Amino acid sequence: MLDFPRWKVISISLLLAFGVLMSLPSLFFGESHKYWPAFLPDETINLGLDLSGGSHILLEAEPADVAETRLQTMEESVRAEMRRANPRINIGDISRRDGVLSFMVRDSTQVDAARDVLEPLTTGAGLTGQRDWDIEVRDDTRFVVSPTSAGLENAVDNAMDTATDVIRRRIDEMGTREPTIIRQGDTRIVVQVPGLEDPEALKELLGKTAKLEFKLVDFEADPNAIAEGRPPVGSQVFPYPDNPSGLPNIAVKRLGGISGDKLTDAGQGFDPDTNAPVVNITFDTEGGAKFARLTQNNVGRPFAIILDGVVLSAPNINEPILGGSAQISGNFTVEEANQLSIALRSGALPVELQVVEERTVGPDLGADSIRKGMIAAIIGTAAVLAFMVVTYGRFGFYANFALALNLFLILGVMAIFNATLTLPGIAGFILTVGSAVDANVLINERIREERRRGRRVVQAVEVGYKEASRAIFDANITNVIAGLLLFIFGSGPVRGFAVVLIIGIVTSVFTAVVVTRMLVALWLRRTRPQELFI
Amino acid sequence: MKLLKLVPDNTNIAFLKWRNIAVAISILMIIGSMALVAQRGLNFGVDFVGGQMIRTTFTQTADAPITELREKVGALGYGDPTIQRFGQPNEVSIRMKLPTGADQDPELANTMADEITGMLKADYPDVRIDGVDSVSGKVSEELLSKGVWSLVGAMLAITLYIWIRFEWQFGAGALFALFHDVALTFGFFALTQLEFNLNIVAALLTIIGYSLNDTIVVYDRIRENLKKYRKMDIIALLDLSVNETLARTVMTSLTMLVALIALIIWGPDVIFGFATAMFLGVFIGTYSSVYMAAPILIWLKVGPDSFVPPEAAGGQAEKIGGSEEVG
Repeated sequence: MLDFPRWKVISISLLLAFGVLMSLPSLFFGESHKYWPAFLPDETINLGLDLSGGSHILLEAEPADVAETRLQTMEESVRAEMRRANPRINIGDISRRDGVLSFMVRDSTQVDAARDVLEPLTTGAGLTGQRDWDIEVRDDTRFVVSPTSAGLENAVDNAMDTATDVIRRRIDEMGTREPTIIRQGDTRIVVQVPGLEDPEALKELLGKTAKLEFKLVDFEADPNAIAEGRPPVGSQVFPYPDNPSGLPNIAVKRLGGISGDKLTDAGQGFDPDTNAPVVNITFDTEGGAKFARLTQNNVGRPFAIILDGVVLSAPNINEPILGGSAQISGNFTVEEANQLSIALRSGALPVELQVVEERTVGPDLGADSIRKGMIAAIIGTAAVLAFMVVTYGRFGFYANFALALNLFLILGVMAIFNATLTLPGIAGFILTVGSAVDANVLINERIREERRRGRRVVQAVEVGYKEASRAIFDANITNVIAGLLLFIFGSGPVRGFAVVLIIGIVTSVFTAVVVTRMLVALWLRRTRPQELFI
Repeated sequence: MKLLKLVPDNTNIAFLKWRNIAVAISILMIIGSMALVAQRGLNFGVDFVGGQMIRTTFTQTADAPITELREKVGALGYGDPTIQRFGQPNEVSIRMKLPTGADQDPELANTMADEITGMLKADYPDVRIDGVDSVSGKVSEELLSKGVWSLVGAMLAITLYIWIRFEWQFGAGALFALFHDVALTFGFFALTQLEFNLNIVAALLTIIGYSLNDTIVVYDRIRENLKKYRKMDIIALLDLSVNETLARTVMTSLTMLVALIALIIWGPDVIFGFATAMFLGVFIGTYSSVYMAAPILIWLKVGPDSFVPPEAAGGQAEKIGGSEEVG
């Protein structure tokens, strides 16, 4: 017991000093540690959203939506490519049902030609050589194009990657500080924004797909059929809430439109004539050329501006628009126009996202939680410290010293890992205080017991540490098991609790067993007491 | 200065004498808890059933107008809200179930939240929205199943560990004690109708860890004594082990309770339920280590021969039991 080599003392002291040093930046909240000399650490723990205030939003995409959009795109490509083929291949009876696309080639001699057109459309761009779609010919002339599972998986994966980027751009555009945007699992994105004033605006922005399309209005269509949602051949019906004619829908030509994903800029402005808020957009070179062609060929006709499947407005093309910029009018407020321009600037989401979980904590509540948590921690710790000294005297003081070091160590380790402190995490701190002294209680009670049995001082201390260590070890392992399961299955703030618990268990065994043992050994060696006051 | 001794030296309380009655009471309590949970149900928070919880503070009003709020929110047509005070009298939480059809269209839940917060801001200018928790049906189902798995997983993993470190009888005893603790905590939440949310699952796992702490300390001493006093009657040996560890049990429980009381009185309101559950858990866990985990060893016929390797056991026993060398 008395044999405690110098190298051990030095390495334990160094380790403790390092832990305390690492904890310092986190103890000085705010910016003060940024002015410290460079050799000092500047890693800090993060405050969870439940303490700092902010919003946690979980977005989810429906893979079926990705599949549907993909099938729709495939149908459009098939229609366009078959028409462009030379000689043109006539197809009909096109249907999208049960996740597959099927169509008939009218002229059975063109089946091989149709297959040649289809082949390049259905091979993936990836290097794996896997097909994205399977092509099957039934009854000689019917083509059935069905997505392969690998192709679909890949598509969902790509869509989610793009969606994550788009979300990041949108949130950056809003000017929020330090957002966290992480893909989670196959179809989810976690967005965490600290200290947000208006979570509703954020959700609004995230929920918007912002798919912009320009399509020619089919003004020859029968208004009654449109009202019933039955489009003429070659046209589609879209809802048009602000239709000046009073009809709820409008028919547009399926083909010949352009999509609004080729933008270089978008911004809110005002219509020079009506002074109504509008969104000004600028196409890139390719999109500008397409838009010029569309307007050139259709002067005098109306075209519909469609956002996320809803028609915003259907202005007349008065003259060709060649400059590559255009104005989107709709029934906007300034704020709505502003949001739409943010969404358009950051690009369209490839898939619709829905908010499946939201947790918002106001900054006042967060600050209140920190204050109350600190008060409870200080009172709880002080009471435990007093209790230990009253009960175990010098040994209680050693335990307290170890406990204080332990609190610094937990903070230090959390800072090294950039871990997040949450409100349940503060509770974890207080519980760690309660349970960390358990190790010392076990040791000290055992020493008392061995003294009662008549063992000499040094021997009693030695046996006390040795016999108690076994139970301490087993008990802490089981606590780590419980903590790990909490970490694996827990979410958000509860995870923060598990982090404190697990780190606290490891550091507390170190301080409560190793550090106190060193202190006791050094004291015994120095004074060689004949009697223990414990 | 005289040091505090909560438990006198060399106690000799016949704890195990009451084991049949204690176990009978415990089993009744477990059955009662299950009946309570079945009959009254748990007051699940939005974490586990989905829905919206809006926390508000009425900054200029001493008392939140709960009755009026209930009527006004009810009038919005999304069903009756659960309105509870938390912390101060001017702080309330408004809890809503998911609106019908929200499974297909999560937007409905957002619309509901917008309408409620809109109404609050319009009708009560001094209201401050402190937080919104909004959980869809799908996510709440996941959270529930994750919660159940973490509890079941922790109990089984810990049992397995005890089995490996001790013997299978000890593993069975620990599992039974843990089951007792968890069941009674559930019963407590069914009885008080305190909100059962994610934090409570954390509390349950901590209770499991704590209760096991206690059980292990007692078991460790039983194992030690089994090797030391190979001829001693098992009941006397269990009593001796419990008595020898009694001072530690009382001391540790008290430090835990002191820390928890600080949390309950001065801590943030959000973790009141957590701290209360833990407070109760300290009592249940301590009790179960003595009256659930130990008697089972008797019925499972644990004896000195339960620990197989004789050479290790023999060496250990001699070293510890060698009282002649002590001066």
